[in-house]
Amino acid sequence: MNMELSRRSFLKVAGAGVAGTTLGSMGFGDAEAAVAAHVRPFKLATTTETRNTCTYCSVACGILIYSKGDVRKGETAVITHIEGDADHPTNRGTLCPKGAALKDFVHAPTRLKYPMIRKAGTDKFERASWDQALDRIARLMKDDRDANFIAKNEKGVPVNRWTTVGFLAASATSNETAYATYKVVRSAGIVAFDNQARV
Amino acid sequence: MTNAWTDIKNSDLVVVMGGNAAEAHPCGFKWVTEAKAHRGAKLIVVDPRYTRTASVADYYAPIRQGTDIAFLNGVIKYCIDNDKVQWEYTKNFTNAAYIVKDGFGYKDGLFTGYDETKRDYDRSSWDYVIGDDGFAVVDMTLQHPRCVWNLLKEHVSIYTPEMVERICGTPKDKFLKVAEMMAECSSPTKNMTSMYALGWTQHSSGSQNIRTMAMLQLILGNIGVRGGGMNALRGHSNIQGLTDIGLLSHLLPGYLNIPTEKEVDFPTYMSTRGFKPLRPGQTSYWQNYKKFFVSFQKAMWGAAATPENNFAYDYLPKLDVPAYDVLRIFEMMDEGKVNGYFCQGFNPVLAFPNRGKITRSLSKLKWLVTMDPLETETSHFWENHGDYNDVDTASIQTEVIQLPTTCFAEEEGSLTNSGRWIQWHWPAGSPPGEAQHDNWIMGQIFLRMRELYRKEGGAFPDPILNLSWDYANPQEPTAEELAKEINGRAITQLTDPTDPTKVQVEAGKLLVNFSQLRDDGSTSSGCWIYSGCWNEHGNNMARRDNHDPDDTGAYLNWTFAWPLNRRTLYNRASADMNGKPWDPARKIIEWDGSKWSGYDVPDIAPTAKPQDVGPFIMNQEGVSRLFARGLMRDGPFPAHYEPFETPIPNVLNPKIRGNPVARVFQNDVKQFGTADEFPYAATSYRLTEHFHYWTKHNPVNAALQPEFFVEISEELAKEKGIELGGWVRVWSKRGSIKAKAVVTKRIRPLMCDGKAVHVVGIPLHWGFMGAAKKGFGPNSLTPFVGDANIETPEYKAFLVNIEPTTAPVGV
Amino acid sequence: MMDSPRTAVSNPPIQPMDSNLGERDLIRRSATASLPKPERQLTPVAKLIDVSKCIGCKACQSACIEWNDTHPAVGENVGVYTNPHDLSENMFTLMRFTEWVNPETDNLEWLIRKDGCMHCSDPGCLKACPAPGAIVQYSNGIVDFVHENCIGCGYCVKGCPFNIPRISKTDRRAYKCTLCSDRVAVGQGPACAKACPTQAIVFGTKEDMKKHADERIADLKSRGYANAGLYDPPGVGGTHVMYVLHHNDKPHIYADLPDQPKISAVVQSWKGVTKYAGLAVMGLAAAGSILHGILGKPNRVTDEDEEGAEKLTSNPSATDPGADGHRPEERV
Repeated sequence: MNMELSRRSFLKVAGAGVAGTTLGSMGFGDAEAAVAAHVRPFKLATTTETRNTCTYCSVACGILIYSKGDVRKGETAVITHIEGDADHPTNRGTLCPKGAALKDFVHAPTRLKYPMIRKAGTDKFERASWDQALDRIARLMKDDRDANFIAKNEKGVPVNRWTTVGFLAASATSNETAYATYKVVRSAGIVAFDNQARV
Repeated sequence: MTNAWTDIKNSDLVVVMGGNAAEAHPCGFKWVTEAKAHRGAKLIVVDPRYTRTASVADYYAPIRQGTDIAFLNGVIKYCIDNDKVQWEYTKNFTNAAYIVKDGFGYKDGLFTGYDETKRDYDRSSWDYVIGDDGFAVVDMTLQHPRCVWNLLKEHVSIYTPEMVERICGTPKDKFLKVAEMMAECSSPTKNMTSMYALGWTQHSSGSQNIRTMAMLQLILGNIGVRGGGMNALRGHSNIQGLTDIGLLSHLLPGYLNIPTEKEVDFPTYMSTRGFKPLRPGQTSYWQNYKKFFVSFQKAMWGAAATPENNFAYDYLPKLDVPAYDVLRIFEMMDEGKVNGYFCQGFNPVLAFPNRGKITRSLSKLKWLVTMDPLETETSHFWENHGDYNDVDTASIQTEVIQLPTTCFAEEEGSLTNSGRWIQWHWPAGSPPGEAQHDNWIMGQIFLRMRELYRKEGGAFPDPILNLSWDYANPQEPTAEELAKEINGRAITQLTDPTDPTKVQVEAGKLLVNFSQLRDDGSTSSGCWIYSGCWNEHGNNMARRDNHDPDDTGAYLNWTFAWPLNRRTLYNRASADMNGKPWDPARKIIEWDGSKWSGYDVPDIAPTAKPQDVGPFIMNQEGVSRLFARGLMRDGPFPAHYEPFETPIPNVLNPKIRGNPVARVFQNDVKQFGTADEFPYAATSYRLTEHFHYWTKHNPVNAALQPEFFVEISEELAKEKGIELGGWVRVWSKRGSIKAKAVVTKRIRPLMCDGKAVHVVGIPLHWGFMGAAKKGFGPNSLTPFVGDANIETPEYKAFLVNIEPTTAPVGV
Repeated sequence: MMDSPRTAVSNPPIQPMDSNLGERDLIRRSATASLPKPERQLTPVAKLIDVSKCIGCKACQSACIEWNDTHPAVGENVGVYTNPHDLSENMFTLMRFTEWVNPETDNLEWLIRKDGCMHCSDPGCLKACPAPGAIVQYSNGIVDFVHENCIGCGYCVKGCPFNIPRISKTDRRAYKCTLCSDRVAVGQGPACAKACPTQAIVFGTKEDMKKHADERIADLKSRGYANAGLYDPPGVGGTHVMYVLHHNDKPHIYADLPDQPKISAVVQSWKGVTKYAGLAVMGLAAAGSILHGILGKPNRVTDEDEEGAEKLTSNPSATDPGADGHRPEERV
């Protein structure tokens, strides 16, 4: 069925000469043997559609994410396509070159999968468990806070400042994550706390 | 943004200056093309480069980077000289009529009160004359020589078209054309919008750049109206939200302030926050400050925040400096004063100025924690990549803990766009490997640290032990729980203050919005301006009704906008003193004799009489400020100062280098270059194919713009023997990079004060991780100095040299 | 469902749907003598590209890559914004950037044209194609490649007045924009038109697109572009991808857009290889020789093939037309 003919073989056949040429000898078989005209099957059929917001700039375009599987039903879901949400008043279904390629950001080869630790002076990351990484962080924080926390200034005023550790927050996380982050960072007394808005 | 993206379609004149909307915000820029196609709107672009935005503009004027104040002061002067002022608006809705104290003045490029050693002003003279009645003195005729209007007139008088040309390099005829087009918008029925971004903020005079345009917009009567406004396009998807939630060194959520150590206790802190109206009958909404503050403290510490302990005022850290901004913390790191640092979705190695200093500083940390969906240059800062990251790995003693997070497609929650729309999104995919949501990670860090404090005790554990964390699953608070906490709830039953028999909110119920907040500890709200986002009506951020009655562009039932679902800030200013719209065809709200109503939530009390109450309700004056009083560190009027690195001296005051009150660290002063050694004016920017340092990880975007380059004019290329597509070396006093050369007609030399200034354009999207070709980006070169008010680094104007070279060597 | 979509501004279906484009809608089929007349006539569609509204953001390229699952390689910067550097089997559309100084105003204009298949009403590629059913034209105007039938000869490249199709180096088949025939078949517009942030690319019936173009041209004329106009070249019977140009009097300034494109006379008179009579008269080798020699279009066929072709056509008897002449493993 599939006409596996290259230009070269086509020309080789052609080289047989004009007089003897028939379609059969050219390798086409009869015309009906060629694959019928068809368009590609529509690839979003039977996918799950989820509404989301583009993660890049602050126009905040509405997007539709198509996946195989439904995370909200507890299934494993693989994102297969992303395009603009035509119902969204701002972008009306359009997307920029970044937004239109979001699927390949989600699946970027350099996405992180596991906690990793690079020990002082070494030249590589080593895989760690979440417990190892988080216990280590909590310990490092507590030890530093206990050692360097400024409870009162020289005038005896409570200032409750922790200046030897800083926290740079994301600017693409949700408001809810931002708020949870705020609570954790401020309650510890961290003052060097900024986000991308500063720069 | 004062207005929404969708409102831009209502504009008559779109001014893109200090930004490049088509390139950086293409889908928002759609509304510019709509205004052009359907209203016949015109688009002006003023930029050092002929950008993608310029490619569809009706008029393009070049300008040297860092000279926008001179240009815009020139336009203000043009409007004043040519009587292109929306007089009724200016008189009634700005402080033009307010009389300024006699002590205030401006001479030799400095305002009164300058202290050179402190690099700061005593700002006490920068204020109004206050009458015996306690209110500011005004002269509505604008005749008083000390009224703001006459002081402004005098202040801008030096910015003639000839002076603008000398400073900015904008040919006089082009400047005048732009000024004329803008001035036309002083008509009450012609509205201009300003779309700006980091092209204005990333300067040592960044805040004043924006202020100057805001002043122009006020005298043109373009604030609060449809198709007008000051529209900060903003960068990241939730940079607005993180600012609103207060994740900045000096802020609490909702633009409340972290106390300084001079505010020794809560009464002292509140003593400067009374916000008494400066004119009779004005709203001065910040009078409610205490309600917002106490409700925040209750959200943080719940039952531990009591009237007796001043609602746990002492749990908050107190600042000894204006802010521990990123420049300061990296300066401290470089001095060895910082031990640990967290980067949550942030890549300072590429994003911060003077990369050499950043890498050196990170190398002095004991530990660094990164939380990111991607491998970043910051988490790999210790790794040698040849020319691209030439570090001595073995000597770097920093322990790096890299935590994999989920990305947008795998998580739920809300994001706030630049138009203040807070939009909810839902997860669609499973995270890769063991990647975890940030809420889980923050929860884990908190719970583990709290456990250590519970077991071991330690330095002032109270704020940690008492932090309110009563989530159904404390291991990972849900977005819904956090959103409700942000919205706020009644802790005890709330009754009507005027009629205690009427119950407003039952205990435990969500507040309808921030009007229900109390200062006695009976309410909680994590971020007052967001209150109303998720109340007993449900998740208003998830609303999806896209109807838009009369096509105003408001979309009131689409998601939720802060504050109170209001879409255009200061919208009361869209109507005249009688409450009638300046332009009936572009009504937002209208006074019907007893109340305000219309297409948007009124930005004024619904029953406030138009003649009595001013439209700028957050200001004590009720009007907007052409004269900023003492609220800006570098002057109540904007004045032209050169960038710290400038190709020509300050034409107006040659002795002044940079912004006279911008903070500079001594070590960085040594690293400022001068024009004799570094003759070319460089600037950095985004390209439309990429988003910061993220999309270089995406093979698709990497294919669309694969490799780091710099852009120069054909003239400079010829002068330096640089070929199209050839390698060049670009270096500043702080570092050196190699890039491909894009030689273009879109950059032309500018004639400034008789000297040809060549511009070198440096896009920012490359590094040593990801799918795109390895590259450098501009920040190996940029200077370590920030805006005088908010410390945003001066990425947009610095000096470099350039020469042809060979390809970099890298691994 | 309507026979053809009227817009690209809609959200795609996720329920299974029957394709509304198929064999029954063909009006032309390469190298096929007799094609039954379709029982229905689909409403002709068109993509309109308003160059004056285009900001050159490449969203169309990105959306095209994602929808068609292509994988353009990460190239290098050669001093220009056009990336990738050319159309390919992995890049069906391309923004071509031209810096042009208008001699009348002395102003710089940055002309940015989205290049790609024009979906000619009289498609030169289809006419030149010797492989039965490798190129088809639907009654709505879409010219599509059926890759399974393609023999990779490259004649479509030569037959195209716009130099659009490209032969894959890996599977030796010809590729180009399908006008997202798979989307159109379920009532959706092309991915590029949906994505385009400024809606410089719009999609609908050809009639509607012409009306829309008229409005755009009136707006441009009001802004001083006296020669603004619609590019719908008659030399190829009109196209189903049209441009609004600010300078329609000189299309060539837009990265060599042909001023008056037309199908080469050779292709026109040739009537296609498998018009059997014609074949017998001309002979394939001769046809190949003529096509190769006379069509001065850029040739994307590999040198190796060219060499082979030259050898063959110069000495037809040198090659044994053996039975293995068309074995699949001979594909290169």
